[in-house]
Amino acid sequence: MAKDKSSKKDINKTKASLPPSGFKVVVREITHDKIAMVAFSIIVLILLLTFVGSLFLNGKNVTEVNIAEAYYGWGEAGHILGTDDGGRDILQELIVGGRNSILIGISVTLVCEVVGLVVGLVTGYYGGVVDAIIMRVVDFIQILPMMPIIIVLTTTIPNYNAVTLVWLISMFGWTGTARYYRSFVLSQRGRDYVLASKTSGSSDLKVMFREVLPNITSMIIIDVVLTVAGNIGVETSLSFLGYGLPPSTPSLGTLIGFANDPVNVTTRPWLWLPATILLLLISLSINYVGRALQRAGDARQREN
Amino acid sequence: MWKTVLRRILIMIPQLLILSLLVFVLAKMMPGDPFTGMINPNSDPKTIARLKQEMGLNDAPWVQYCRWLGNLMHGDLGQSYIQKVPVASLIWDRAVNTFWLSLMSVILTYLIAIPMGISAGRHQDGWQDQSIQVFNYITFAIPAFVFYILGLWLFGFTLGWFPISGSVSDTATGFWGIFFSRIYHLILPAILSAIIGTTATVQYLRTGIVDNKVEDYVRTARSKGVPDRVVFNKHILRNSLLPIAAFLGNTITGLLSGSMIIEQVFSYPGMGKLFLDSIGQRDYSTLTALILLFGILTLVGNLLSDIIMSIIDPRIRVQ
Repeated sequence: MAKDKSSKKDINKTKASLPPSGFKVVVREITHDKIAMVAFSIIVLILLLTFVGSLFLNGKNVTEVNIAEAYYGWGEAGHILGTDDGGRDILQELIVGGRNSILIGISVTLVCEVVGLVVGLVTGYYGGVVDAIIMRVVDFIQILPMMPIIIVLTTTIPNYNAVTLVWLISMFGWTGTARYYRSFVLSQRGRDYVLASKTSGSSDLKVMFREVLPNITSMIIIDVVLTVAGNIGVETSLSFLGYGLPPSTPSLGTLIGFANDPVNVTTRPWLWLPATILLLLISLSINYVGRALQRAGDARQREN
Repeated sequence: MWKTVLRRILIMIPQLLILSLLVFVLAKMMPGDPFTGMINPNSDPKTIARLKQEMGLNDAPWVQYCRWLGNLMHGDLGQSYIQKVPVASLIWDRAVNTFWLSLMSVILTYLIAIPMGISAGRHQDGWQDQSIQVFNYITFAIPAFVFYILGLWLFGFTLGWFPISGSVSDTATGFWGIFFSRIYHLILPAILSAIIGTTATVQYLRTGIVDNKVEDYVRTARSKGVPDRVVFNKHILRNSLLPIAAFLGNTITGLLSGSMIIEQVFSYPGMGKLFLDSIGQRDYSTLTALILLFGILTLVGNLLSDIIMSIIDPRIRVQ
């Protein structure tokens, strides 16, 4: 009996050392990709600028209306990027808005990943009726018109705020993640290590979370990165239309929304152009890193 | 094959019912009722209360739901609270505009994506492939609305090549004058949404060609002495184009969900713009109808995809 236990421990040990080695391959591939490193540095820079920058700003001052200072151009009266219709400093709004948009993107992704991962593991692992029922629900949510429903809910839900928005977007977002993981778990279900673990008496929960989950860590990292980019896109699109973050909370989308007015497009580019460029940088670099990770993940699979 | 189609349509019925129930609940969450649009300062509160009773607004929710569903079956979408006209007529004009924009986008998407996919797949890892991959990465990464705004700013405002808003010019006269004015207004939004929509088609086509190239039947054809050009056009390309055909339904669905953003940026009077205008005016009866319509169209798009797929790929048919 004692011997049994020790051998099991050994197996666990080798298993535990597997994911880091896979992760190492990914890191190695990434650091060899020069453009990916540039993209990664841009992300770090933007994160520093927005998150550390907003620590130095007083949230109330950023959104305080001061009509007398409305529509200053670039560099006028000490406002490097000018001011908007309410006399608010664009640079400050950009910093706080960028932070808010990234934060919403990350929060939605966290919710979607956790829910999607659990649902994907359970449906993929058990299959059968559980799978059939949950997947019908997923199918149904995916055919719902997401944007119109979110927009209507933002106007009807009482006490609507940023947290509500996170839940609203997540309500639709988890389905894609669940599908993604389910397909992978399905392919793992019949693998030897799963069967071996089952035969040796591991509980279903243990097989799912201790055996299968570590094997999909690199997939999780890739999906998190790409999903964050996607969710920042969803939030900024909604805010651009005027139904994302509430008006009191700056967002890149709200700033870009100034371009809805033709006068602003032609004569006041400072209102919307900086936010547009920042969002472009964020989307392009996060997606590039995500793609590089994906390629690296494929390389890891090639090695196996 | 008909079995698959029939089964697929049967699946749609419960989906439609749940969708309608959901929309009904959403509608009940919104403030206002069918009388909000008819009330004027001279209306007598007692009369309104009596009318509400007669209309059955005090009935149990499920009775109201059944009645609402019955009206829908007869094509009665209700009365707009704000515009005070039937919702159906309000939506119809806009739906026609959205239809033309979507049609043009679909045609342009394929016109752009198919040559690109072929070129990338044929010259795998060559410079064509690499530049197309870069293009693909950019169209995938950029949020659509940012792309539209930059396009509008550059081609509409700065260069002045295209009109910046609307669907037809006021000064256009005669059938052809109006026709060309409409096309002229469509070009820029259609091209931009086509470019941003090419990603999936290019990628599917490229992967299809790359995968099919190494299939046994291709090797057989080659060893039989079939010329390269014929092998490519007749064997590889035909098989790789099949998934693209099935993707049509999804493309339509994508265009519908994107219609709100493109129509907002270009102030194009379609369904998406109508939705945003209605929410701005809190015109809840129109909103309800539009959400239902968006949902039904998405369902139909998916149905179309599945049916095309079952026609071209016998393997997924129900036995």
